[in-house]
Amino acid sequence: MAQTGTIGDKVFRTILVITAAIILLIMVTMVFIMVWNALPTIKSFGLSFLIGREWKPADSIFGALPFIYGTIVSSVLALIIAVPISLGIAVFLVEQAPKKIATPVGFMVELLAAIPSVVYGLWGIFVLAPFVRDYLGVFLEKYFGWLPFFQGRLTGIGMLTGGIILALMITPIITAVVRDILEVVPTQQREAALALGATKWETTQIVLGNAASGIAGAVILGLGRALGETMAITMVIGNSPQISASLFEPAYTIASVLAANFADATDEFYLSALIEMGLVLFLVTFVVNAFAKLLVARVGKRMHA
Amino acid sequence: MSNKESLHRRRKIVSSLTTTITAVCAFFAIAVLLIILSYIFVRGIASINLQFLVDTPKPVGEGGGIGNAIVGSVLMTLLACVIGLPIGIGAGVYLAEFGENLFGKTVRFLADTLIGVPSIIVGIFIYTLVVLPMGRQSGLAGGLALAIIMIPIVARTTEEMIRLVPDSMREAALALGAPQWRVTWNIVLPAASTGITTGAMLAIARISGETAPLLFTALNSRFYNYFYDQPMASLTVQIYNYATGPFDVEHKMAWAATLILITLILAINILVRFLTRKRF
Repeated sequence: MAQTGTIGDKVFRTILVITAAIILLIMVTMVFIMVWNALPTIKSFGLSFLIGREWKPADSIFGALPFIYGTIVSSVLALIIAVPISLGIAVFLVEQAPKKIATPVGFMVELLAAIPSVVYGLWGIFVLAPFVRDYLGVFLEKYFGWLPFFQGRLTGIGMLTGGIILALMITPIITAVVRDILEVVPTQQREAALALGATKWETTQIVLGNAASGIAGAVILGLGRALGETMAITMVIGNSPQISASLFEPAYTIASVLAANFADATDEFYLSALIEMGLVLFLVTFVVNAFAKLLVARVGKRMHA
Repeated sequence: MSNKESLHRRRKIVSSLTTTITAVCAFFAIAVLLIILSYIFVRGIASINLQFLVDTPKPVGEGGGIGNAIVGSVLMTLLACVIGLPIGIGAGVYLAEFGENLFGKTVRFLADTLIGVPSIIVGIFIYTLVVLPMGRQSGLAGGLALAIIMIPIVARTTEEMIRLVPDSMREAALALGAPQWRVTWNIVLPAASTGITTGAMLAIARISGETAPLLFTALNSRFYNYFYDQPMASLTVQIYNYATGPFDVEHKMAWAATLILITLILAINILVRFLTRKRF
């Protein structure tokens, strides 16, 4: 009996170790293969790849700056819109709404995260972009047109629409993480504040203050998601590699240049340039996500201690 | 005295004002969801009929449908499940039951990292690993890309679900003389099975909406194709092509295909919600 047990244990455990090792293998291979395939352009362009402003695949000129710019600006724009809304939703769900309301509302916010990127893109092209062109953009131009961000040709397809779509997509993600964090803040903190005569909002401020680093983590997690979003933004940002202060103008992101051009990249050098861009995106999202995880995990630990 | 009272009043007003603002935020999110869903429903329902569901894409003006795209999506999702579920569940069991060593911690960290990797990067990875050596795009490459997206998600949810199984159950079985593997296989896994199933279902919902990793791995196809070594159509890539096409007929078909896709995804999400609510 004991004998079959130990043999069975060994076999079982080996199988499990192999499945776990496959995850390790995938990640290691992924990094290795991308670096390997990006080597031709890394070698011949070096750092100028990252700061070059010209992108002419036909002439083998590869400067990724417009794409890096587009990725960062669209993601930051998304955060500016999504963070206040997400915080509001999370506070509403955890601190203010009675459970009977919070449960279904929370579920519906979660459903926003279940909608595929390509569906956001479809909606973005045919509903959001015309809305931005005919109403929101007109409004911004009229009242804030003195700012360089809201000048220029208004087509509805461009950085602004891209940022809004990204904001809608990361809102449920930031909300979910902030919700989890607020829920681990001990109830005694709230009771203590309320007992001292604090209003609901003053109590919430204390709770938010104690969860601050975790909330920062949630925001950075949202940033990581926005940086890597592909389909929706490819469909609404206009895919034009330019650096312009105007949010009305079309732009391009790293993820969308990959989506739009990778299948056509037959020449080896072009392919290498695109893969190097993918590598940049990979490394950036890796660092951003790891940092966010660290912040979120720290809050959980402190609250439990 | 009156000064104190007015301060009190102000604090109360500020408090109820902020409550209103947060409620408006929540209302805004729900409104966005409902607006998106109703657009999909209203614009999609008009173009859905049997012909649309079984036809292949045709030149503009001659109708056409998404039959081959549905078959392609099903085949690639199936392949992803066959590869991804055993590996994901196995890794999750390992992480939960034996994963407190350096190897386990590394794998857990890498699984989390892999979840955060943009799915287009997974597409590039499979392109260089499978498509380039094979010399062409294929359903195999598409299914593999989806499997890679699925594995870490399934692994992490499985791990969490298995951790919920109380230690007393393991101890009781061990005390009765059962070897470790029997305890895991016959006691722990069945106890966690609902949780693991719902995790797997959510992963399936997630990959059935993925487009980016299929764009240059599975590519697309205008025909019914049941073979994994050939380029394969999928619902999501078809939606992308129709949506970005120049013709109004194509846009209508994009909305209709989206209605099919979103119905499937919402159904899975609501079913999962229903299943998990019964337990807790």
